[in-house]
Amino acid sequence: MSASVNRIALKSILYKEVHRFMRIWVQTLVPPAITISLYFVIFGELIGARIGQMGGFDYMSFIVPGLIMMSVITNSYSNVASSFFSAKWQRNVEEMLVAPVPNWVIVAGYVGGGMTRGILVGLIVTLISLLFVDIQIHNIWVIIATVCLTSAVFALGGLINAIFAGSFDDISIIPTFVLTPLTYLGGVFYSISLLPEFWQGVSQLNPIVYMINAFRYGFLGISDVSLTVAFGVIGIFIVSLFTIAMTLITKGIGLRT
Amino acid sequence: MQNALEIAGLRKVYKGGFEALKGIDLTVKQGDFFALLGPNGAGKSTTIGIITSLVNKTGGKVSVFGYDIDEKLEIAKSFIGLVPQEFNFNQFESLITILVNQAGYYGVERKLAHQRAEKYLKQLDLWDKRDNSARMLSGGMKRRLMIARALMHEPKVLILDEPTAGVDIELRRSMWEFLRKLNEQGITIILTTHYLEEAEMLCRNIAIIDNGIIVKNTDMKSLLATLDVETFILDLALGGPKASLSGFCTRQIDDHTLEVDVKKLQSINEVFTQLTEQGVSVQSMRNKSNRLEELFVHLTGGNASGSSVSDSKTSSSAQGGN
Repeated sequence: MSASVNRIALKSILYKEVHRFMRIWVQTLVPPAITISLYFVIFGELIGARIGQMGGFDYMSFIVPGLIMMSVITNSYSNVASSFFSAKWQRNVEEMLVAPVPNWVIVAGYVGGGMTRGILVGLIVTLISLLFVDIQIHNIWVIIATVCLTSAVFALGGLINAIFAGSFDDISIIPTFVLTPLTYLGGVFYSISLLPEFWQGVSQLNPIVYMINAFRYGFLGISDVSLTVAFGVIGIFIVSLFTIAMTLITKGIGLRT
Repeated sequence: MQNALEIAGLRKVYKGGFEALKGIDLTVKQGDFFALLGPNGAGKSTTIGIITSLVNKTGGKVSVFGYDIDEKLEIAKSFIGLVPQEFNFNQFESLITILVNQAGYYGVERKLAHQRAEKYLKQLDLWDKRDNSARMLSGGMKRRLMIARALMHEPKVLILDEPTAGVDIELRRSMWEFLRKLNEQGITIILTTHYLEEAEMLCRNIAIIDNGIIVKNTDMKSLLATLDVETFILDLALGGPKASLSGFCTRQIDDHTLEVDVKKLQSINEVFTQLTEQGVSVQSMRNKSNRLEELFVHLTGGNASGSSVSDSKTSSSAQGGN
Protein backbone atom coordinates (compact mmCIF):
# COMPACT_ATOMS: atom_id res chain seq x y z
CA MET A 1 0.00 0.00 0.00
CA SER A 2 1.10 3.58 -0.47
CA ALA A 3 3.07 5.49 2.13
CA SER A 4 0.13 7.85 2.76
CA VAL A 5 -2.20 4.92 3.51
CA ASN A 6 0.34 3.51 5.97
CA ARG A 7 0.83 6.96 7.53
CA ILE A 8 -2.92 7.38 8.10
CA ALA A 9 -3.19 3.83 9.47
CA LEU A 10 -0.30 4.49 11.86
CA LYS A 11 -1.88 7.76 13.00
CA SER A 12 -5.19 5.96 13.58
CA ILE A 13 -3.61 3.28 15.77
CA LEU A 14 -1.64 5.92 17.67
CA TYR A 15 -4.76 8.05 18.12
CA LYS A 16 -6.69 5.03 19.35
CA GLU A 17 -3.96 4.12 21.82
CA VAL A 18 -3.51 7.63 23.22
CA HIS A 19 -7.29 8.15 23.35
CA ARG A 20 -7.60 4.89 25.32
CA PHE A 21 -5.20 5.79 28.12
CA MET A 22 -6.35 9.42 28.25
CA ARG A 23 -9.98 8.29 28.57
CA ILE A 24 -9.08 6.28 31.67
CA TRP A 25 -6.51 8.77 33.00
CA VAL A 26 -7.50 8.07 36.60
CA GLN A 27 -6.27 4.49 36.11
CA THR A 28 -3.31 5.27 33.88
CA LEU A 29 -1.80 8.64 34.84
CA VAL A 30 -2.74 9.29 38.45
CA PRO A 31 -1.48 6.08 40.16
CA PRO A 32 2.16 6.45 39.00
CA ALA A 33 2.11 10.08 40.15
CA ILE A 34 0.92 9.04 43.63
CA THR A 35 3.35 6.12 43.86
CA ILE A 36 6.34 8.21 42.86
CA SER A 37 5.32 11.01 45.23
CA LEU A 38 5.41 8.46 48.04
CA TYR A 39 8.87 7.32 46.95
CA PHE A 40 10.06 10.92 47.02
CA VAL A 41 8.62 11.52 50.48
CA ILE A 42 9.78 8.23 52.04
CA PHE A 43 13.07 7.46 50.31
CA GLY A 44 14.04 11.00 49.45
CA GLU A 45 12.89 13.18 52.33
CA LEU A 46 12.65 10.82 55.30
CA ILE A 47 15.20 8.05 54.77
CA GLY A 48 17.32 9.85 52.15
CA ALA A 49 18.12 12.69 54.52
CA ARG A 50 19.88 10.15 56.78
CA ILE A 51 21.77 8.43 53.95
CA GLY A 52 23.86 11.40 52.93
CA GLN A 53 25.54 11.51 49.55
CA MET A 54 25.52 8.93 46.75
CA GLY A 55 27.87 9.28 43.78
CA GLY A 56 28.77 12.77 44.90
CA PHE A 57 25.18 14.02 45.00
CA ASP A 58 22.59 14.22 47.77
CA TYR A 59 20.46 11.07 47.83
CA MET A 60 17.30 12.76 46.58
CA SER A 61 19.05 14.12 43.47
CA PHE A 62 20.61 10.68 42.90
CA ILE A 63 17.35 8.71 42.93
CA VAL A 64 15.20 11.15 40.89
CA PRO A 65 16.42 9.95 37.45
CA GLY A 66 15.95 6.32 38.50
CA LEU A 67 12.45 6.94 39.78
CA ILE A 68 11.48 8.77 36.59
CA MET A 69 12.88 5.91 34.51
CA MET A 70 11.11 3.34 36.69
CA SER A 71 7.75 4.93 35.93
CA VAL A 72 8.58 5.19 32.23
CA ILE A 73 9.47 1.48 32.10
CA THR A 74 6.40 0.32 34.02
CA ASN A 75 3.93 2.46 32.11
CA SER A 76 5.22 1.89 28.60
CA TYR A 77 5.17 -1.86 29.26
CA SER A 78 1.79 -2.11 30.93
CA ASN A 79 0.10 0.18 28.42
CA VAL A 80 0.85 -2.03 25.44
CA ALA A 81 0.41 -5.29 27.37
CA SER A 82 -3.07 -4.40 28.60
CA SER A 83 -4.23 -2.58 25.46
CA PHE A 84 -3.14 -5.25 22.98
CA PHE A 85 -4.38 -8.08 25.17
CA SER A 86 -7.77 -6.32 25.56
CA ALA A 87 -7.91 -5.97 21.77
CA LYS A 88 -7.22 -9.71 21.48
CA TRP A 89 -9.72 -10.58 24.18
CA GLN A 90 -12.52 -8.42 22.72
CA ARG A 91 -11.38 -9.53 19.25
CA ASN A 92 -11.23 -5.94 18.03
CA VAL A 93 -7.63 -6.63 17.00
CA GLU A 94 -9.38 -8.22 14.00
CA GLU A 95 -10.29 -4.70 12.87
CA MET A 96 -6.61 -4.21 12.08
CA LEU A 97 -5.91 -7.74 10.89
CA VAL A 98 -8.57 -7.61 8.15
CA ALA A 99 -7.43 -4.16 7.02
CA PRO A 100 -4.47 -3.57 4.69
CA VAL A 101 -2.29 -2.50 7.60
CA PRO A 102 1.28 -3.83 7.32
CA ASN A 103 2.45 -5.67 10.43
CA TRP A 104 5.19 -3.12 11.08
CA VAL A 105 2.52 -0.40 11.27
CA ILE A 106 0.60 -2.39 13.89
CA VAL A 107 3.80 -2.85 15.92
CA ALA A 108 4.81 0.79 15.49
CA GLY A 109 1.33 2.04 16.42
CA TYR A 110 1.11 0.07 19.65
CA VAL A 111 4.72 0.77 20.58
CA GLY A 112 4.16 4.46 19.85
CA GLY A 113 1.14 4.43 22.15
CA GLY A 114 3.15 2.78 24.92
CA MET A 115 6.02 5.22 24.45
CA THR A 116 3.63 8.17 24.61
CA ARG A 117 2.17 7.01 27.90
CA GLY A 118 5.60 6.17 29.34
CA ILE A 119 7.02 9.57 28.39
CA LEU A 120 3.91 11.44 29.56
CA VAL A 121 4.06 9.70 32.94
CA GLY A 122 7.80 10.46 33.02
CA LEU A 123 7.01 14.15 32.51
CA ILE A 124 4.39 14.10 35.27
CA VAL A 125 6.85 12.44 37.65
CA THR A 126 9.54 14.96 36.68
CA LEU A 127 7.17 17.83 37.49
CA ILE A 128 6.35 16.26 40.86
CA SER A 129 10.04 15.80 41.61
CA LEU A 130 10.50 19.57 41.22
CA LEU A 131 8.51 19.92 44.44
CA PHE A 132 11.25 18.02 46.28
CA VAL A 133 14.52 18.80 44.53
CA ASP A 134 16.12 21.19 42.07
CA ILE A 135 16.75 19.10 39.00
CA GLN A 136 19.97 19.76 37.13
CA ILE A 137 20.44 18.78 33.50
CA HIS A 138 23.86 17.68 32.28
CA ASN A 139 22.92 16.65 28.73
CA ILE A 140 19.32 17.02 27.52
CA TRP A 141 19.94 14.93 24.37
CA VAL A 142 21.08 11.94 26.40
CA ILE A 143 17.97 12.30 28.53
CA ILE A 144 15.66 12.46 25.50
CA ALA A 145 17.40 9.61 23.66
CA THR A 146 17.43 7.36 26.73
CA VAL A 147 13.80 7.91 27.66
CA CYS A 148 12.59 7.39 24.08
CA LEU A 149 14.65 4.27 23.45
CA THR A 150 13.93 2.74 26.85
CA SER A 151 10.19 3.28 26.51
CA ALA A 152 10.40 1.65 23.06
CA VAL A 153 12.17 -1.41 24.53
CA PHE A 154 9.51 -1.93 27.19
CA ALA A 155 6.60 -1.15 24.90
CA LEU A 156 7.91 -3.90 22.60
CA GLY A 157 8.24 -6.18 25.61
CA GLY A 158 4.63 -5.45 26.60
CA LEU A 159 3.48 -6.23 23.07
CA ILE A 160 5.24 -9.61 23.02
CA ASN A 161 3.79 -10.40 26.46
CA ALA A 162 0.27 -9.58 25.19
CA ILE A 163 0.71 -11.68 22.04
CA PHE A 164 1.51 -14.75 24.14
CA ALA A 165 -0.96 -14.00 26.97
CA GLY A 166 -4.02 -16.20 27.20
CA SER A 167 -5.62 -14.47 30.17
CA PHE A 168 -5.41 -11.19 32.07
CA ASP A 169 -3.28 -12.98 34.69
CA ASP A 170 -0.64 -13.63 32.04
CA ILE A 171 -0.04 -9.92 31.50
CA SER A 172 0.73 -9.32 35.18
CA ILE A 173 3.22 -12.20 35.58
CA ILE A 174 6.15 -10.56 33.77
CA PRO A 175 5.77 -7.14 35.47
CA THR A 176 5.50 -8.78 38.89
CA PHE A 177 8.15 -11.46 38.64
CA VAL A 178 10.61 -9.98 36.15
CA LEU A 179 10.25 -6.23 35.64
CA THR A 180 9.87 -5.14 39.26
CA PRO A 181 12.88 -7.11 40.57
CA LEU A 182 15.06 -6.02 37.64
CA THR A 183 14.05 -2.39 38.15
CA TYR A 184 14.69 -2.41 41.91
CA LEU A 185 18.02 -4.15 41.32
CA GLY A 186 18.82 -1.88 38.38
CA GLY A 187 20.40 0.91 40.38
CA VAL A 188 17.38 3.13 40.99
CA PHE A 189 18.17 3.52 44.69
CA TYR A 190 21.91 2.87 44.75
CA SER A 191 25.08 3.01 42.71
CA ILE A 192 26.15 -0.50 41.67
CA SER A 193 29.70 0.50 42.55
CA LEU A 194 28.61 -0.01 46.18
CA LEU A 195 28.01 -3.71 45.54
CA PRO A 196 30.64 -6.44 46.06
CA GLU A 197 32.54 -7.20 42.87
CA PHE A 198 30.59 -10.41 42.18
CA TRP A 199 27.22 -8.65 42.39
CA GLN A 200 28.52 -5.80 40.26
CA GLY A 201 29.18 -8.40 37.55
CA VAL A 202 25.74 -9.91 38.01
CA SER A 203 24.18 -6.43 37.80
CA GLN A 204 25.77 -5.94 34.41
CA LEU A 205 23.51 -8.70 33.10
CA ASN A 206 20.53 -6.54 34.03
CA PRO A 207 19.62 -4.36 31.02
CA ILE A 208 17.80 -1.86 33.22
CA VAL A 209 21.13 -0.93 34.83
CA TYR A 210 22.27 0.50 31.48
CA MET A 211 19.05 2.44 30.93
CA ILE A 212 18.95 3.99 34.39
CA ASN A 213 22.62 4.88 34.30
CA ALA A 214 22.44 6.47 30.86
CA PHE A 215 19.42 8.45 32.02
CA ARG A 216 21.16 9.47 35.24
CA TYR A 217 24.16 10.60 33.19
CA GLY A 218 21.86 12.96 31.30
CA PHE A 219 20.87 14.63 34.58
CA LEU A 220 23.94 14.36 36.81
CA GLY A 221 26.80 13.54 34.45
CA ILE A 222 27.65 10.34 36.38
CA SER A 223 27.15 6.73 35.35
CA ASP A 224 28.24 3.28 36.57
CA VAL A 225 28.52 2.10 32.96
CA SER A 226 29.89 3.46 29.70
CA LEU A 227 27.33 5.51 27.76
CA THR A 228 28.33 3.80 24.50
CA VAL A 229 27.78 0.37 26.01
CA ALA A 230 24.47 1.54 27.48
CA PHE A 231 23.13 2.74 24.11
CA GLY A 232 24.54 -0.39 22.46
CA VAL A 233 22.61 -2.62 24.88
CA ILE A 234 19.41 -0.61 24.41
CA GLY A 235 19.84 -0.77 20.61
CA ILE A 236 20.34 -4.54 20.67
CA PHE A 237 17.19 -4.95 22.76
CA ILE A 238 15.12 -2.79 20.41
CA VAL A 239 16.24 -4.66 17.29
CA SER A 240 15.79 -8.08 18.93
CA LEU A 241 12.38 -7.37 20.43
CA PHE A 242 11.12 -5.69 17.25
CA THR A 243 12.20 -8.72 15.22
CA ILE A 244 10.48 -11.09 17.65
CA ALA A 245 7.27 -9.01 17.68
CA MET A 246 7.20 -8.83 13.88
CA THR A 247 7.78 -12.57 13.53
CA LEU A 248 5.01 -13.38 16.00
CA ILE A 249 2.48 -11.09 14.35
CA THR A 250 3.41 -12.23 10.84
CA LYS A 251 2.96 -15.86 11.86
CA GLY A 252 -0.27 -14.89 13.60
CA ILE A 253 0.75 -16.43 16.92
CA GLY A 254 -2.18 -15.95 19.29
CA LEU A 255 -3.99 -13.95 16.62
CA ARG A 256 -4.83 -16.25 13.74
CA THR A 257 -5.94 -19.89 13.82
CA MET B 1 -16.95 -9.42 -16.11
CA GLN B 2 -14.16 -9.72 -13.54
CA ASN B 3 -14.53 -12.20 -10.72
CA ALA B 4 -14.77 -10.67 -7.28
CA LEU B 5 -13.55 -13.85 -5.65
CA GLU B 6 -11.80 -16.94 -6.94
CA ILE B 7 -11.02 -19.86 -4.69
CA ALA B 8 -9.17 -22.93 -5.96
CA GLY B 9 -8.36 -26.09 -4.03
CA LEU B 10 -8.69 -24.35 -0.67
CA ARG B 11 -7.75 -26.57 2.26
CA LYS B 12 -7.63 -26.00 6.00
CA VAL B 13 -6.45 -28.51 8.55
CA TYR B 14 -6.63 -27.24 12.13
CA LYS B 15 -4.21 -28.25 14.86
CA GLY B 16 -5.33 -31.62 16.06
CA GLY B 17 -5.96 -32.80 12.52
CA PHE B 18 -9.53 -31.63 11.90
CA GLU B 19 -9.88 -30.97 8.17
CA ALA B 20 -12.35 -28.08 7.92
CA LEU B 21 -11.94 -27.52 4.17
CA LYS B 22 -11.11 -30.35 1.77
CA GLY B 23 -10.06 -28.48 -1.34
CA ILE B 24 -12.98 -26.25 -2.27
CA ASP B 25 -13.35 -24.32 -5.52
CA LEU B 26 -15.58 -21.28 -5.68
CA THR B 27 -16.07 -18.29 -7.96
CA VAL B 28 -18.12 -15.20 -7.20
CA LYS B 29 -18.72 -12.75 -10.02
CA GLN B 30 -18.41 -9.00 -9.56
CA GLY B 31 -21.79 -7.51 -8.61
CA ASP B 32 -23.22 -10.83 -7.49
CA PHE B 33 -25.36 -11.41 -4.41
CA PHE B 34 -23.98 -14.76 -3.37
CA ALA B 35 -25.09 -17.14 -0.62
CA LEU B 36 -22.72 -19.54 1.08
CA LEU B 37 -24.83 -22.01 3.00
CA GLY B 38 -24.04 -25.01 5.09
CA PRO B 39 -24.80 -26.65 8.41
CA ASN B 40 -22.90 -25.70 11.55
CA GLY B 41 -19.25 -26.69 11.26
CA ALA B 42 -19.44 -27.14 7.48
CA GLY B 43 -16.57 -24.71 6.81
CA LYS B 44 -18.35 -21.42 6.01
CA SER B 45 -16.64 -19.29 8.66
CA THR B 46 -13.29 -20.95 7.97
CA THR B 47 -13.63 -20.00 4.31
CA ILE B 48 -14.47 -16.41 5.22
CA GLY B 49 -11.66 -16.36 7.76
CA ILE B 50 -9.13 -17.38 5.11
CA ILE B 51 -10.41 -14.83 2.58
CA THR B 52 -10.07 -12.08 5.18
CA SER B 53 -6.73 -13.38 6.52
CA LEU B 54 -8.02 -14.19 10.00
CA VAL B 55 -7.36 -17.89 9.41
CA ASN B 56 -4.16 -19.30 7.91
CA LYS B 57 -4.88 -21.67 5.04
CA THR B 58 -3.23 -25.05 4.66
CA GLY B 59 -3.31 -25.07 0.87
CA GLY B 60 -4.98 -23.66 -2.23
CA LYS B 61 -5.37 -20.24 -3.78
CA VAL B 62 -7.60 -17.26 -3.03
CA SER B 63 -7.81 -14.18 -5.23
CA VAL B 64 -9.87 -11.05 -4.65
CA PHE B 65 -10.49 -9.07 -7.83
CA GLY B 66 -7.52 -10.86 -9.35
CA TYR B 67 -5.14 -10.20 -6.44
CA ASP B 68 -3.73 -13.37 -4.89
CA ILE B 69 -3.76 -13.16 -1.08
CA ASP B 70 -0.36 -14.88 -0.98
CA GLU B 71 1.27 -12.22 -3.14
CA LYS B 72 -0.83 -9.05 -2.83
CA LEU B 73 -2.56 -9.51 0.51
CA GLU B 74 -2.84 -5.84 1.38
CA ILE B 75 -4.39 -4.89 -1.97
CA ALA B 76 -6.78 -7.86 -1.74
CA LYS B 77 -7.79 -6.82 1.79
CA SER B 78 -8.50 -3.25 0.68
CA PHE B 79 -11.37 -4.53 -1.51
CA ILE B 80 -13.10 -6.44 1.29
CA GLY B 81 -15.51 -5.29 3.96
CA LEU B 82 -16.20 -7.89 6.63
CA VAL B 83 -19.20 -8.21 8.92
CA PRO B 84 -18.20 -11.06 11.22
CA GLN B 85 -20.53 -13.39 13.05
CA GLU B 86 -19.50 -12.24 16.52
CA PHE B 87 -19.30 -8.70 17.85
CA ASN B 88 -15.64 -7.73 17.62
CA PHE B 89 -15.48 -4.01 18.26
CA ASN B 90 -14.18 -2.26 21.34
CA GLN B 91 -17.23 -2.23 23.60
CA PHE B 92 -15.94 0.82 25.47
CA GLU B 93 -15.47 3.11 22.48
CA SER B 94 -18.16 5.36 21.02
CA LEU B 95 -19.71 4.42 17.67
CA ILE B 96 -18.16 7.37 15.89
CA THR B 97 -14.69 6.52 17.24
CA ILE B 98 -14.99 2.89 16.16
CA LEU B 99 -15.99 3.89 12.63
CA VAL B 100 -13.43 6.67 12.16
CA ASN B 101 -10.57 4.51 13.47
CA GLN B 102 -11.60 1.64 11.22
CA ALA B 103 -11.58 3.94 8.19
CA GLY B 104 -8.12 5.10 9.21
CA TYR B 105 -6.77 1.53 9.00
CA TYR B 106 -7.70 1.66 5.31
CA GLY B 107 -6.03 5.02 4.78
CA VAL B 108 -9.17 7.18 4.88
CA GLU B 109 -8.41 10.67 6.26
CA ARG B 110 -10.26 11.58 9.47
CA LYS B 111 -12.31 14.38 7.89
CA LEU B 112 -13.63 12.10 5.16
CA ALA B 113 -14.08 9.30 7.69
CA HIS B 114 -16.32 11.55 9.82
CA GLN B 115 -18.45 12.33 6.75
CA ARG B 116 -18.80 8.64 5.90
CA ALA B 117 -19.53 7.72 9.51
CA GLU B 118 -22.37 10.25 9.53
CA LYS B 119 -23.72 8.89 6.23
CA TYR B 120 -23.76 5.23 7.29
CA LEU B 121 -24.90 5.84 10.86
CA LYS B 122 -27.85 7.82 9.49
CA GLN B 123 -28.65 5.16 6.89
CA LEU B 124 -28.59 2.48 9.56
CA ASP B 125 -30.57 4.51 12.13
CA LEU B 126 -27.68 4.79 14.57
CA TRP B 127 -26.87 8.50 14.27
CA ASP B 128 -28.57 9.36 17.56
CA LYS B 129 -26.29 6.85 19.30
CA ARG B 130 -23.06 8.08 17.73
CA ASP B 131 -21.49 9.23 20.98
CA ASN B 132 -22.74 6.29 23.03
CA SER B 133 -20.44 3.56 24.17
CA ALA B 134 -20.90 0.51 21.91
CA ARG B 135 -21.71 -1.74 24.87
CA MET B 136 -24.90 0.26 25.45
CA LEU B 137 -26.37 -0.82 22.10
CA SER B 138 -28.95 -3.56 21.62
CA GLY B 139 -28.00 -6.70 19.68
CA GLY B 140 -29.63 -5.43 16.49
CA MET B 141 -27.86 -2.09 16.77
CA LYS B 142 -24.52 -3.82 17.25
CA ARG B 143 -25.11 -5.81 14.05
CA ARG B 144 -25.87 -2.58 12.17
CA LEU B 145 -22.78 -0.96 13.66
CA MET B 146 -20.67 -3.79 12.23
CA ILE B 147 -22.25 -3.26 8.80
CA ALA B 148 -21.48 0.48 8.99
CA ARG B 149 -17.92 -0.31 10.06
CA ALA B 150 -17.43 -2.69 7.13
CA LEU B 151 -18.55 0.02 4.69
CA MET B 152 -16.29 2.81 5.95
CA HIS B 153 -13.62 2.23 3.30
CA GLU B 154 -16.26 1.67 0.59
CA PRO B 155 -15.31 -1.92 -0.23
CA LYS B 156 -16.01 -3.59 -3.57
CA VAL B 157 -17.05 -6.82 -1.91
CA LEU B 158 -18.96 -7.09 1.36
CA ILE B 159 -18.78 -10.40 3.22
CA LEU B 160 -21.46 -10.95 5.86
CA ASP B 161 -21.25 -13.92 8.20
CA GLU B 162 -24.72 -14.47 9.68
CA PRO B 163 -25.58 -10.74 9.65
CA THR B 164 -29.17 -11.11 10.83
CA ALA B 165 -28.63 -13.68 13.59
CA GLY B 166 -30.70 -12.70 16.61
CA VAL B 167 -32.28 -9.75 14.83
CA ASP B 168 -36.06 -9.28 14.98
CA ILE B 169 -38.15 -9.69 11.84
CA GLU B 170 -38.81 -6.01 11.20
CA LEU B 171 -35.17 -5.09 11.54
CA ARG B 172 -34.10 -8.07 9.46
CA ARG B 173 -36.31 -6.89 6.62
CA SER B 174 -34.86 -3.36 6.79
CA MET B 175 -31.36 -4.86 6.70
CA TRP B 176 -32.31 -6.93 3.64
CA GLU B 177 -33.49 -3.76 1.94
CA PHE B 178 -30.25 -1.99 2.86
CA LEU B 179 -28.16 -4.86 1.48
CA ARG B 180 -30.22 -4.94 -1.72
CA LYS B 181 -29.51 -1.25 -2.26
CA LEU B 182 -25.80 -1.76 -1.69
CA ASN B 183 -25.83 -4.57 -4.25
CA GLU B 184 -27.69 -2.36 -6.74
CA GLN B 185 -24.90 0.19 -6.30
CA GLY B 186 -22.47 -2.44 -7.56
CA ILE B 187 -21.10 -3.90 -4.33
CA THR B 188 -20.62 -7.64 -4.54
CA ILE B 189 -22.21 -9.31 -1.52
CA ILE B 190 -21.32 -12.70 -0.10
CA LEU B 191 -23.66 -13.87 2.61
CA THR B 192 -23.72 -16.79 4.97
CA THR B 193 -26.95 -17.19 6.84
CA HIS B 194 -28.97 -19.64 8.87
CA TYR B 195 -32.17 -18.11 7.54
CA LEU B 196 -32.61 -19.97 4.29
CA GLU B 197 -35.52 -17.74 3.36
CA GLU B 198 -33.07 -14.85 3.53
CA ALA B 199 -30.76 -16.51 1.01
CA GLU B 200 -33.66 -17.37 -1.29
CA MET B 201 -35.00 -13.83 -1.22
CA LEU B 202 -31.70 -11.99 -1.63
CA CYS B 203 -29.18 -14.10 -3.47
CA ARG B 204 -28.79 -14.81 -7.16
CA ASN B 205 -26.15 -17.50 -6.81
CA ILE B 206 -25.53 -20.05 -4.14
CA ALA B 207 -22.97 -22.55 -2.93
CA ILE B 208 -23.81 -25.18 -0.37
CA ILE B 209 -20.91 -26.48 1.67
CA ASP B 210 -21.01 -29.60 3.79
CA ASN B 211 -18.17 -31.29 5.65
CA GLY B 212 -15.61 -29.05 3.95
CA ILE B 213 -16.81 -29.82 0.43
CA ILE B 214 -18.92 -27.72 -1.95
CA VAL B 215 -21.88 -29.99 -2.66
CA LYS B 216 -23.73 -27.53 -4.91
CA ASN B 217 -22.70 -24.33 -6.68
CA THR B 218 -25.25 -22.86 -9.02
CA ASP B 219 -27.69 -20.02 -9.53
CA MET B 220 -30.68 -19.84 -7.21
CA LYS B 221 -33.32 -20.27 -9.94
CA SER B 222 -31.72 -23.41 -11.32
CA LEU B 223 -31.37 -24.84 -7.85
CA LEU B 224 -34.98 -24.18 -6.91
CA ALA B 225 -36.09 -25.57 -10.28
CA THR B 226 -34.66 -28.94 -9.29
CA LEU B 227 -37.19 -29.16 -6.50
CA ASP B 228 -39.66 -31.88 -7.61
CA VAL B 229 -42.38 -31.44 -5.03
CA GLU B 230 -43.57 -28.55 -2.90
CA THR B 231 -45.85 -29.13 0.05
CA PHE B 232 -48.56 -26.59 0.84
CA ILE B 233 -50.67 -26.36 3.98
CA LEU B 234 -54.25 -25.23 3.40
CA ASP B 235 -56.34 -23.84 6.25
CA LEU B 236 -59.95 -24.77 5.40
CA ALA B 237 -63.12 -23.10 6.65
CA LEU B 238 -64.64 -24.83 9.66
CA GLY B 239 -67.81 -26.86 9.13
CA GLY B 240 -67.30 -27.21 5.39
CA PRO B 241 -67.46 -30.45 3.37
CA LYS B 242 -64.55 -32.89 3.46
CA ALA B 243 -61.96 -32.16 0.76
CA SER B 244 -60.80 -34.80 -1.68
CA LEU B 245 -58.23 -34.06 -4.39
CA SER B 246 -57.69 -36.45 -7.27
CA GLY B 247 -54.19 -36.56 -8.76
CA PHE B 248 -52.58 -35.03 -5.67
CA CYS B 249 -51.07 -36.66 -2.63
CA THR B 250 -52.85 -35.19 0.39
CA ARG B 251 -52.82 -35.61 4.17
CA GLN B 252 -55.68 -34.49 6.39
CA ILE B 253 -53.95 -33.08 9.48
CA ASP B 254 -57.17 -32.20 11.32
CA ASP B 255 -60.74 -31.10 10.48
CA HIS B 256 -59.62 -27.86 8.90
CA THR B 257 -55.99 -28.42 7.86
CA LEU B 258 -54.96 -30.17 4.67
CA GLU B 259 -51.45 -30.83 3.38
CA VAL B 260 -51.08 -31.10 -0.38
CA ASP B 261 -47.99 -32.19 -2.35
CA VAL B 262 -47.82 -30.36 -5.68
CA LYS B 263 -45.39 -31.85 -8.20
CA LYS B 264 -43.30 -29.72 -10.52
CA LEU B 265 -45.57 -30.29 -13.55
CA GLN B 266 -48.80 -29.84 -11.63
CA SER B 267 -50.62 -26.54 -11.18
CA ILE B 268 -51.74 -25.13 -7.88
CA ASN B 269 -54.76 -23.77 -9.75
CA GLU B 270 -55.98 -27.35 -10.17
CA VAL B 271 -56.10 -27.72 -6.40
CA PHE B 272 -58.31 -24.65 -6.05
CA THR B 273 -60.50 -25.68 -8.99
CA GLN B 274 -61.23 -29.04 -7.38
CA LEU B 275 -61.81 -27.56 -3.94
CA THR B 276 -64.14 -24.88 -5.35
CA GLU B 277 -66.15 -27.56 -7.15
CA GLN B 278 -66.51 -29.42 -3.84
CA GLY B 279 -67.63 -26.27 -2.04
CA VAL B 280 -64.55 -26.23 0.17
CA SER B 281 -63.46 -22.75 1.19
CA VAL B 282 -59.70 -22.12 1.70
CA GLN B 283 -59.03 -19.42 4.29
CA SER B 284 -55.25 -19.31 3.93
CA MET B 285 -52.32 -21.20 2.45
CA ARG B 286 -48.61 -21.45 3.21
CA ASN B 287 -45.55 -23.49 2.32
CA LYS B 288 -44.92 -26.34 4.70
CA SER B 289 -41.26 -25.34 4.64
CA ASN B 290 -39.04 -22.95 2.75
CA ARG B 291 -38.26 -24.35 -0.71
CA LEU B 292 -34.55 -23.83 -0.32
CA GLU B 293 -34.69 -25.54 3.02
CA GLU B 294 -36.02 -28.73 1.42
CA LEU B 295 -33.14 -28.73 -1.07
CA PHE B 296 -30.65 -27.85 1.63
CA VAL B 297 -31.68 -30.78 3.79
CA HIS B 298 -31.54 -33.05 0.74
CA LEU B 299 -28.09 -31.85 -0.39
CA THR B 300 -26.50 -31.96 3.04
CA GLY B 301 -27.80 -35.45 3.67
CA GLY B 302 -29.89 -34.35 6.64
CA ASN B 303 -26.95 -32.72 8.40
CA ALA B 304 -28.80 -29.44 8.45
CA SER B 305 -30.52 -30.28 11.66
CA GLY B 306 -30.68 -27.95 14.60
CA SER B 307 -30.73 -24.25 14.34
CA SER B 308 -30.53 -23.78 10.60
CA VAL B 309 -33.68 -25.67 9.79
CA SER B 310 -35.65 -24.78 12.86
CA ASP B 311 -34.68 -21.13 12.53
CA SER B 312 -35.91 -21.11 8.99
CA LYS B 313 -39.20 -22.70 9.96
CA THR B 314 -39.69 -20.19 12.71
CA SER B 315 -38.90 -17.39 10.37
CA SER B 316 -41.12 -18.70 7.63
CA SER B 317 -44.15 -19.35 9.79
CA ALA B 318 -43.74 -16.18 11.80
CA GLN B 319 -43.98 -14.19 8.62
CA GLY B 320 -46.99 -16.13 7.40
CA GLY B 321 -45.01 -18.05 4.79
CA ASN B 322 -43.79 -16.83 1.46
